[in-house]
Amino acid sequence: MNIASILAKKGPKVFTIRPEQSIRQALALLAEHNIGALVVVDKAGKPGGIISERDIVREAARNEQVFSKAVSEIMTKEVIVGAPQDDLISVGNTMTEKRIRHLPIMDKGKLIGIVTLGDVVKAQRDRYRGEVDTLQIQIMEGQT
Amino acid sequence: MTQPGTDAYPLRVAIIGAGPTGYYAADSLFRRQGLVATIDMFDRLPTPYGLVRDGVAPDHQKIKSVTATFDRIAANPGFRFYGCVEFGKNVTLADLRAHYHQIIYCTGAQTDRRMGIPGEDLRGSHPATEFVAWYNGHPDYSNFQYDLQQERAAVVGIGNVAIDVARILCRSIDELRTTDIADHALDALRQSRIKEVYLLGRRGPAQAAFTNPEIKELGEMADADIIVRPEEVALDDLSRAAVEKSQDRATMKKVEILQGYALRKPTGKSRRLISRYLVSPVELIGNEAGQVVAMRLVKNILVATPTGTLQAKATDQFEELPVGLVFRSVGYRGVPLPGVPFHEKWGVILNEKGRVLDPDTQQPVIGEYTAGWIKRGPSGVIGTNKPDAAETVTCMLEDLARGATLQPSHPEPSAADALIRGRQPNCFSWEDWLRLDKLEVARGGAVGRPRVKFTRVADMLAALNR
Repeated sequence: MNIASILAKKGPKVFTIRPEQSIRQALALLAEHNIGALVVVDKAGKPGGIISERDIVREAARNEQVFSKAVSEIMTKEVIVGAPQDDLISVGNTMTEKRIRHLPIMDKGKLIGIVTLGDVVKAQRDRYRGEVDTLQIQIMEGQT
Repeated sequence: MTQPGTDAYPLRVAIIGAGPTGYYAADSLFRRQGLVATIDMFDRLPTPYGLVRDGVAPDHQKIKSVTATFDRIAANPGFRFYGCVEFGKNVTLADLRAHYHQIIYCTGAQTDRRMGIPGEDLRGSHPATEFVAWYNGHPDYSNFQYDLQQERAAVVGIGNVAIDVARILCRSIDELRTTDIADHALDALRQSRIKEVYLLGRRGPAQAAFTNPEIKELGEMADADIIVRPEEVALDDLSRAAVEKSQDRATMKKVEILQGYALRKPTGKSRRLISRYLVSPVELIGNEAGQVVAMRLVKNILVATPTGTLQAKATDQFEELPVGLVFRSVGYRGVPLPGVPFHEKWGVILNEKGRVLDPDTQQPVIGEYTAGWIKRGPSGVIGTNKPDAAETVTCMLEDLARGATLQPSHPEPSAADALIRGRQPNCFSWEDWLRLDKLEVARGGAVGRPRVKFTRVADMLAALNR
């Protein structure tokens, strides 16, 4: 199972923000769309970072002026990016180990989606449920 | 307007596609507390069960036993089956909108991905899915012919379908004649001169998609030796590190079984199944008559992506494999349905958690849903479609609760029945299928097989005196 199978049913929406926009604007977008992170893109749409609720909370704890800061000042610049063909299990392991909760997915240089740790956990859970169910049926109904 | 979902006014649902997902969706609807739903399930074939009948290999009868679960779902008084009724041909989207509150598309991934290499269309090069449909007796493929006079065949890919094809090519007639393989396939395979079948994986043994029971089975065939090259199943540094870190027992066992095969000496059985790793076809080579005679392979190494996935990267080492028959099994995609938004890149219906989306507004299309492979792409086992269908049904009920359903002008079940029978007088009901099933099982019982399938629609109709 790969990342494409998660993206296929997520709809094509990816929420982005520009680096010069303010944290206030970032928070408004996070709240409006009920999401935890925004991909930071330049004018050409190329990702240059990611800003998550955790980045903002961490900054707010030490700086009460956080709202008017620019996204570029507190975003995470070194972003790990995934690809549609990446294996679900490898992605799950990497996200868990590196404590990544949002993984932008790029294909041929274009941002095509974002996968959350929740998405990965749900896909793995459904996979295991499916396997258990199939095995149980084979044991219970199998004649040969 | 009364909200549907009660005894007096049941929720009317149309399910397109009678494969496992369609049944799981029906079951999920029937099980919801406080909801009364009546369901009409449509399939373009007269017979139900989708890939369980036409995809699962005939020597895997145990997997097919899941149909007993589907039969229990179909026994619900609120369930009707309309076989031989094709969406877009016998019934249109407009028809369904006039008769149902909600529609679920569960049409699966019906076509194969191409390899995208020169020579792919040479004679002797086939999609594995068509071969599978042929040996399983799918009516659309019963007239297909395969050149089994060739001695060497290659199967590209190492997913479940690829392994099934390679195994069926290697099975002895004694092993096959006790299954429900289509008669025409049994006759053709009886004449088979295949000696060697190559199963080609682009990555290494640790990344192979197949499951351990499947590999074990390859080592237990009556008249075929399994051959594995030791150097191709020795783990590279990246794979070893990944396996050691994950401590995934299934992967460890898989590698152990394959390395065990590499130590085996051929025992002189009639056929050889040669399982290769870290190779990709780059060209099929033909003779003057346009028949494939060889395949050019490139050797791959594994490289890690930023997320830790190990992917194949081609080297500059090539080899030529003499083969006269090639089956590609490198992925599947859905086929668009008339009037239903489609996502070309993923090969699925454009959707969010199963709600079909309008391509212009990206907003849900009222009353239309999708589940299974046509929703998420081809992944997982049969049972994976159960939670997937349940996710879709949850969206359907959320929409129902806020009144966002279709408003059919003829919601009464008799109106839909009259329309369908008018459009397709030869449609198959569930009772028709049960009669056909009994006939198939009886034909099989006479010759020691689980069933002998009818493989032509005309024969199915004739069997029911129609």
